Amino acid sequence: MFDLTGKNALITGASGGIGADIARSLHAQGATVGLSGTRTEPLEALKAELGERAHVLPCNLSDMDAVEALPKQAIEAMGSVDILVNNAGITRDNLFMRMSDDEWNSVINVNLTATFKLCKGVMRGMMKSRWGRIVNISSVVGATGNPGQANYAASKAGMVGMSKSLAYEVASRGITVNAIAPGFITTAMTEKLTDDQKTGIMSQIPAARMGEPAEIAAAVVYLASAEAAYVTGTTLHVNGGMAML
Amino acid sequence: MSDVAERVKKIVVEHLGVEEDKVVENASFIDDLGADSLDTVELVMAFEEEFGIEIPDDAAENIQTFGDAVKFIKEAS
Repeated sequence: MFDLTGKNALITGASGGIGADIARSLHAQGATVGLSGTRTEPLEALKAELGERAHVLPCNLSDMDAVEALPKQAIEAMGSVDILVNNAGITRDNLFMRMSDDEWNSVINVNLTATFKLCKGVMRGMMKSRWGRIVNISSVVGATGNPGQANYAASKAGMVGMSKSLAYEVASRGITVNAIAPGFITTAMTEKLTDDQKTGIMSQIPAARMGEPAEIAAAVVYLASAEAAYVTGTTLHVNGGMAML
Repeated sequence: MSDVAERVKKIVVEHLGVEEDKVVENASFIDDLGADSLDTVELVMAFEEEFGIEIPDDAAENIQTFGDAVKFIKEAS
């Protein structure tokens, strides 16, 4: 089950904790992976770890010209993009009343607008081959909201609405578009939380622990697989029960 | 019929699965040939590849009929 041999996957944010594990898991199922991210060093390290069937495709997602070039570079390197995982995301938290336009715009641009452009960039190839998988990594806070994260929550909720709309349009072409909404996962992003915040979060998670990046990666493998062909426009919540949506 | 028209017709027939004699000058892709909106996007993609041209989105919106497509492609290539 979930064999991805012969499929080419582009993963953004592959230098981060969740993205790297997504790349590892897709690769382990037989896919060729295009590792994108801002920092080249961890991408090269991951490529070295994976060996064959791995390509490093550096891209700064706040640079819209670079975003538009990325699908073309991925197709050049791998031949096609059959699976796109929009995993990259940034936070710039602030109280709503203090949030600057810059904090708002930068988060919306990287998390939502870059996702839109990358989906658009790979769509032609997927439509032609009548097969495609897009997995957009949203967040539980896109559904629940979170104080201090109006920009981030808006971007993540936006990804869900965008995914559903695109899923409608391309379902008849064998292309599925889904979102995964991780809860609190042990990564550099959640490391930034204070101890008080972590204690507060933990009390809200029925599973009584944070999730692991590999648990998100497993969800991506499922949605990327041929077996998930009938699943589209959905959001898979992977959050230890903290929000049962 | 010109070579361009023949090639366009072949793409339309193949993509939409319609009879060749239905593909006439004024045949609308959507109203007469049963295309949905995404089919029209795919037809434009196919024309771009066949003729090695780029059809911008605003021009693509104006390509409603077989005749429109042939006219645009003749002017562009």
